[in-house]
Amino acid sequence: MKHIKTICGATLKNSAAKGGCGECQTSCQSACKTSCTVANQKCENKNNK
Amino acid sequence: MIHKFKMFNKNIVVDVNSGAVHDVSDVVYDVLDKPEGSSLQVVTDGLSEKYSIEDIKEGYDEICQLREMNMLYSEDSYGDIAQSINKKPLVKALCLHICHDCNLRCEYCFAGTGSFCGERSMMSEEVGKRAIDFVIANSGTRRNIEVDFFGGEPLMNFEVVKKIADYAKEQGEKHDKVFRLTLTTNGVLLDDDKLDYINKNMSNVVLSIDGRREVHDRVRKTINGGGSYEIIMPKLKKAAELRNQDNYYVRGTFTHYNLDFAKDVLHLADEGFKQISVEPVVGGRDEDYSIKEEDLPLAFEQYEVLAKEYVKRIKEGNWFNFFHFMIDLTQGPCVIKRMSGCGAGCEYVAITPEGDIYPCHQFVGKKEYYLGNVLNNIYNRDKTSEFANANVYTKEKCKACWAKFYCSGGCHANAYQFGGDINNPYDIGCELEKKRVECALYIKSEGC
Repeated sequence: MKHIKTICGATLKNSAAKGGCGECQTSCQSACKTSCTVANQKCENKNNK
Repeated sequence: MIHKFKMFNKNIVVDVNSGAVHDVSDVVYDVLDKPEGSSLQVVTDGLSEKYSIEDIKEGYDEICQLREMNMLYSEDSYGDIAQSINKKPLVKALCLHICHDCNLRCEYCFAGTGSFCGERSMMSEEVGKRAIDFVIANSGTRRNIEVDFFGGEPLMNFEVVKKIADYAKEQGEKHDKVFRLTLTTNGVLLDDDKLDYINKNMSNVVLSIDGRREVHDRVRKTINGGGSYEIIMPKLKKAAELRNQDNYYVRGTFTHYNLDFAKDVLHLADEGFKQISVEPVVGGRDEDYSIKEEDLPLAFEQYEVLAKEYVKRIKEGNWFNFFHFMIDLTQGPCVIKRMSGCGAGCEYVAITPEGDIYPCHQFVGKKEYYLGNVLNNIYNRDKTSEFANANVYTKEKCKACWAKFYCSGGCHANAYQFGGDINNPYDIGCELEKKRVECALYIKSEGC
């Protein structure tokens, strides 16, 4: 495309299918004790690898 | 729902429900101001003085293609999934309050300078071990379990930390659980022996420092009222080096006093730290140090200053990692995780030195949120339902927010503290979070 460069595709829809295993880190348990930032975490679902 | 914003030379468009992110031309950016599904004629009529007809048509056609591919204006189809989240809540993370005491007297401390507004006390080995038993018993099939050794200041009770950590390792092997241990410390008591144990046994360590000496010393004071920067800086540098500049964070807090906090982040980077987290203080409305609504424009500007410098340094090979600009657009958490928030009071609980269980460290001492005690095996699951049921679809402000799948609904404790309800997010926190996400997306658009 000439006018639109896609940085990231439709990843959320795909993640709904195999998601929810719950093995990922809780959001508050890293550097951040007061402000949740979920998007910086890793997925730890082995079925998604 | 889409969200679009300009930052420096970039026009960025987020398709909220699909997670797609696009870097677009000026003409496409302006076409997207028109209502979804507008005809080419309507779009052209409004923009023909600014752009050529050919450019408008090309941009319009590309928007239509992405709509058909569900990468623009995609439908929100997650509401039903949200209703089934946490139907059987499992505990998989503990904040262990090893010590309700501290050797610093930080002005903004949410924990009453370590005591959590109660008696100053230390966790016993027995309480710590029962807490490990508690999380194993309540973690169901979850294999990964996190334990944060928290305080007050946990190094004031380090022998107990070691005994609990050793016990967690032993019990983890027995029950097929992987314990990931973190220690959060102000660094005052760090020495070679403690660092050696921490580096061998803790997967992460959080080291508190606010940035420039004068900023740090203004609020992070010793018991005698002196500054603590000089005491801790050499120790923190050594800790970072011994951990090979990985699996740690220097973690600072910015307040109303240092709204030029980009300088503090860059100071930490210039001092050689590669893993940096600096975030806004959470304090009562009447506290001088709290971030006020009128502070937001300056705070936004600082995040942009930081984002620009961040990109510059990465491109020069002089990188550092800023926790709040990290975003994983491709391999990050699933949308289910992104709906359901921080996990407090559900999959994450705090345990006090006396063994009392609370939804998280920020709720400790609030009697209405007392959930039980690990010594007598009381755990009132019914009281956790408010937390288990909270997600971005139960929060009216979040439902309409473009950033909901990046922040997941914010911090329950902040919401409770400011709005009296965990489902009513803290507005200033939301505004800052949205700005951080925009900066993070800008950084991605720069290929960093």
